[in-house]
Amino acid sequence: MIPGQFEYARPANLDEVLRILKDREGEAKLLSGGYSLIPFIKLRLAQPALLVDLRDVTGLADIAETDDHLSIGAKATHRRIHEAPIVRDRYPLLHDVTALIGDPQVRNWGTIGGSVAHADPASDWPAVLIATNATIVCRSQTGERTIAARDFFVDTFQTAIEPTEVLTEIRVPRRPRGAGGAYEKLERKVGDFATVGVAAVVRLDPDGRITTAGVALTGVAETPFASTDAEAILAGQAPSDEIFRQAGAAAGAQSRPAGDVRGPVEYKRAMAAELTLRALRRATERALANA
Amino acid sequence: MTTQHITVTVNGEAHEADVEARLLLVHLLRDDLGLTGTHVGCDTSNCGACTVHIDGESAKSCTMFAVQADGREIKTIEGMADGAILHPLQQAFWDQHGLQCGFCTPGMIMQAAWLLADNPDPSEEEIRWGISGNLCRCTGYVNIVKAIQQAAGDMAAAADVQTAGAAPVAAG
Repeated sequence: MIPGQFEYARPANLDEVLRILKDREGEAKLLSGGYSLIPFIKLRLAQPALLVDLRDVTGLADIAETDDHLSIGAKATHRRIHEAPIVRDRYPLLHDVTALIGDPQVRNWGTIGGSVAHADPASDWPAVLIATNATIVCRSQTGERTIAARDFFVDTFQTAIEPTEVLTEIRVPRRPRGAGGAYEKLERKVGDFATVGVAAVVRLDPDGRITTAGVALTGVAETPFASTDAEAILAGQAPSDEIFRQAGAAAGAQSRPAGDVRGPVEYKRAMAAELTLRALRRATERALANA
Repeated sequence: MTTQHITVTVNGEAHEADVEARLLLVHLLRDDLGLTGTHVGCDTSNCGACTVHIDGESAKSCTMFAVQADGREIKTIEGMADGAILHPLQQAFWDQHGLQCGFCTPGMIMQAAWLLADNPDPSEEEIRWGISGNLCRCTGYVNIVKAIQQAAGDMAAAADVQTAGAAPVAAG
């Protein structure tokens, strides 16, 4: 497939990128790894007049823990995140998800910022960012703003990013003692988009009760979403398979899947419930190990 | 139509070209440089037949614009053999019959080479995960995995010989 024509710019720094986005408001798309955008352009699902290559923009790929969050630069590739010692040692949920996105070649080049900004309704990162209550940082010429992941994914392939903004950073809240997370993905074959993906985060108090839980699903609605019903069922409860099953049933009921080649509606709801149960089990094991 | 001037090093040789921004890297390699060993399979970044190395990292060249490769080092299947001497992976695919129709083979070998550079002694499971972005519709993968295992052993043995050969010199 030969892509349609577009102009190409490779600005030297972020200020230059922001100036172009302002001057050509609504006409430009940002290019990073390209593993989401290029297939879209080839399929004519996106036909930008101008591609702005972020390759020369430095300082957007760092991974570091601050006092209150793990900061991940938008240009960090899935592989770099997966291999970062801080992620491997302290954020098993992020370590899980970065092993399951696409395939090795995609993970070598695909970036967290590109994946999040693309907002595929079956992509993996959004569920993780929603479950962890992450925030997404965007810059424009007028300054920086943060958007809660829960408010970010507006609709299928639509986010809260303005055309004049660049997604620069993801901030995942620092993992406290007694907290654990896990990501469970059902896929038809390795490397596929999720039929259903569930990210779960469980935080336990010293008595072993769940203080708060985050449960988010991908692949089973027009956009990844938090199962607020499942989260409400879990809050204040002692962890058990019984309560996890109730939360899973709630997550399945809150799903709005479309029947397609990956399965009919009923099947996807059942899998949403089952994967929620499994993700909660594993998140709880990790929370207990981190007490 | 505007074009971009790019310089790419392919298998050690520098090339300059004026390309449309929409030109895919795989088409630069095949159509402009005549390196037809890199295959176009699915054209949707699923099958991995177009896998090459860019600055040492494996990539699917159907999902990258040629302009993105400007200033970078590219290695394709044509850059693997040393004259008439096959690369250990090429020899191992031959020895183990790690192919039937051969269409996926260049991409499979390039991905395996990246895998072994990253992890010289992979388990069978690590090999299977490592080539999970490369599809073969003929072999069922069994002989491909055997070939990569053979190459890993051959490459480790060759490295040992080099080290052993170098030792007296270093000692002397």
